Amino acid sequence: MQKSKVYPWYFAIGSILIYTILSVIPGILGIGYSFTDWSAYSKEIHFVGFENFRNVFAGNDNYLRYIGNTVLFTLVTTVLKTVLGLLFAVALSRNIKWKNFHRGVLYLPSVLPILATGLVFTSILNPKTGFLNEMLRAVGLGGLAQKWLVDPKIAFGSVMAVDIWRGVGYIMTLLIAGILAIPDVYFEAAAIDGANAWQRFRFITLPMLRQTLAVTIVLNVIYGLKVFDMVYALTNGGPGHRTEVLYTAVYKMMSKGLYAAGTTISSILFIFMVIIGYFMVKILTKDEVVE
Amino acid sequence: MVYTAKNKAIQVILKNILAWFASLLVLIPMALVVLNAFKADGETLNMSLSLPKQWIVSNFSTVIEKGKLPTSFLNSMLYAGAGMVITILFGSMAAYIFSRRRSKGMSLVYMYVVLGMVIPVNYVTLTHTMQTLKLTNTAVGIILLYVAMQTPFTVFLIYGFVSKIPVELDEAAILDGCNPFQLYWRVVFPMLKSAVVTAGVLCFLNCWNEFMMPLYFLHSSTKWPMTLAIYNFFGQYEMKWNLICADVLLTCAPVVVIYLLGQKYIVGGQTAGAVKG
Repeated sequence: MQKSKVYPWYFAIGSILIYTILSVIPGILGIGYSFTDWSAYSKEIHFVGFENFRNVFAGNDNYLRYIGNTVLFTLVTTVLKTVLGLLFAVALSRNIKWKNFHRGVLYLPSVLPILATGLVFTSILNPKTGFLNEMLRAVGLGGLAQKWLVDPKIAFGSVMAVDIWRGVGYIMTLLIAGILAIPDVYFEAAAIDGANAWQRFRFITLPMLRQTLAVTIVLNVIYGLKVFDMVYALTNGGPGHRTEVLYTAVYKMMSKGLYAAGTTISSILFIFMVIIGYFMVKILTKDEVVE
Repeated sequence: MVYTAKNKAIQVILKNILAWFASLLVLIPMALVVLNAFKADGETLNMSLSLPKQWIVSNFSTVIEKGKLPTSFLNSMLYAGAGMVITILFGSMAAYIFSRRRSKGMSLVYMYVVLGMVIPVNYVTLTHTMQTLKLTNTAVGIILLYVAMQTPFTVFLIYGFVSKIPVELDEAAILDGCNPFQLYWRVVFPMLKSAVVTAGVLCFLNCWNEFMMPLYFLHSSTKWPMTLAIYNFFGQYEMKWNLICADVLLTCAPVVVIYLLGQKYIVGGQTAGAVKG
C-alpha cells in the first residue's frame, strides 16, 4: 500500500492554507513592519531599523508597564489558579458527597462568554452600589469595602481575582481527570503503610500529576499573555493605564493609528510565545494521547 | 485507630466546607444575574439577592427588541456554526493525513499547525491582510478567521484519536476498491464520531464566546454577534441592570444548554490533551 496515494497530501491543504494566511503570515509580516514607521497618517512607509524596539525598551510611553502588567497578570493568575485548582481537585476527586454538583458548578464560569462575566462584575464591584461592598457593610465589615476597580492600587488585583474566579474551575477539572487516572492501588498501599493524607498527596498525587500540572501551567501562561476580554470589560486598562495589558494597549494603538507601535508590541509577544510554544508542543506531543 | 477515624472525619468536614464555600462563591453572582433580570427598572440600582417584588418577564422582550437580539443571535449561529463545520471538515482530514503518514516532513507540518495553539494574533497586520483580501466587515471573513483560530486545537485533538483506528481497516477498504475519499468519509470518519463531536462542541463554544475578532473586523451593527451586541447594549443602558442582566442571560443561555447537554464531550475533550495514562 503506497502511503502517498492512499493518504493524499491535498486532504490537509484546506486547513494549512487558511491557518497560514490568517494566522502565520500576519504574525511574520508584523515582525517586518516593526522595523518601519507605518502609521495611519502617512501613505509612505519607511524603514527605521530598531527604533520601535528601542522606544519600547527605553521605557517610552508606558510600554514597559504594559509588558510588566501582562507578565504580572500571567504569573499571579497561573500560580493562584494552579494552587486553588489543585486544592479543589484534591477535595472533589474522591469520597465527597455532591461531587458532581460541585464540579459542575465550579466549571461553569469557564464556558460562559468572558465578556459577559466581566460586565456582571463591573456591577458587583461597584464602590457605591455594588453587591460586594453592600455585603461587607451588611455584615459589619464596611471597613473592608474598597473602590475595587477604581482605586489605582487595587484595580489590577481585582481584575486578576475575577479572572481567577472565572478560570479556576477549568484547571480543577483537568487536575481531577489527572488524579482519577492515578491507580487506586497506590493510595491503598500507602494507607496500609500508614501514610497520612498529606504524605499521600506529597508522595503520590503530586509526582503522578506532574505531566497534567505542566499542561495546566502552559495553558494558563498562554491565556494570561493573551488576555483581553476580561480587562476590556472590567476596566479597559484604566485607571490611568494601571491595568493596561498588551492586547488592550495594542487595541488602543490601533484606534489611534499607531500601527508600527502596535505591531512592535505584538511582535515581541509573538517571538516570545513561539519560543514558549516550542516547549509546549514538545510537552503535549511527548507521548500518544490517551483519553 | 480511633485517632485516624477522627482525623478522617475532620478531613471530610473540611472538604465539604471548602466545596460548599467555593460553589457558593460561583453561584452567588449567577443568582444575582438571574434574580435581577426579572426586576423592575428602579429596583436594580443596587443589584441584590432579594427576590423581585414583581416578576417582570417583559424585560426579556424589551431586551430582545431594543438590543436587536434576533439579528445578533442569527449572526452568532452563523459564525459559530459555519466556523465549526469548516474547521471540523478540513481539520479532521488534515489530522488524518498527519497521523497516517508520519514521515519526517509531515510531522514537521503537524508541529507547524499545532504551534498555532500558542502563537498570538497580530491584529495590526491581520487588519492589513483582511483589507487586502476584502474580508473586513464580512461574514465570510469572520468565519474564516474562526477557522484559522480553531484549526490548531482541532487538529491536535483529532490526531490523537486517528492513531487508535487500526490501519488494517484502511488496507481492507483499499483492497475492496475504495478510493481515498471513500476510505476517509465512509470508513475512517464514522469511527471518529466521538472525537469529532467533542472538537465540534468546543469549537462552537469558543466561536460563540469570541469577542475580539468582531470588535476589530465587524463595523456594521447588523453583523454583530451576541458578545459584541451585549457590549454595546451595556454602553447604552449602563444603569439599567435589569435589562443588562436579561441580556446576559439570553447571551449565556445557548452556552449553558450546550454545556449541560454536552458536558461529557466538553470535559472529555479538554482533558484528553492534558492527561496521559
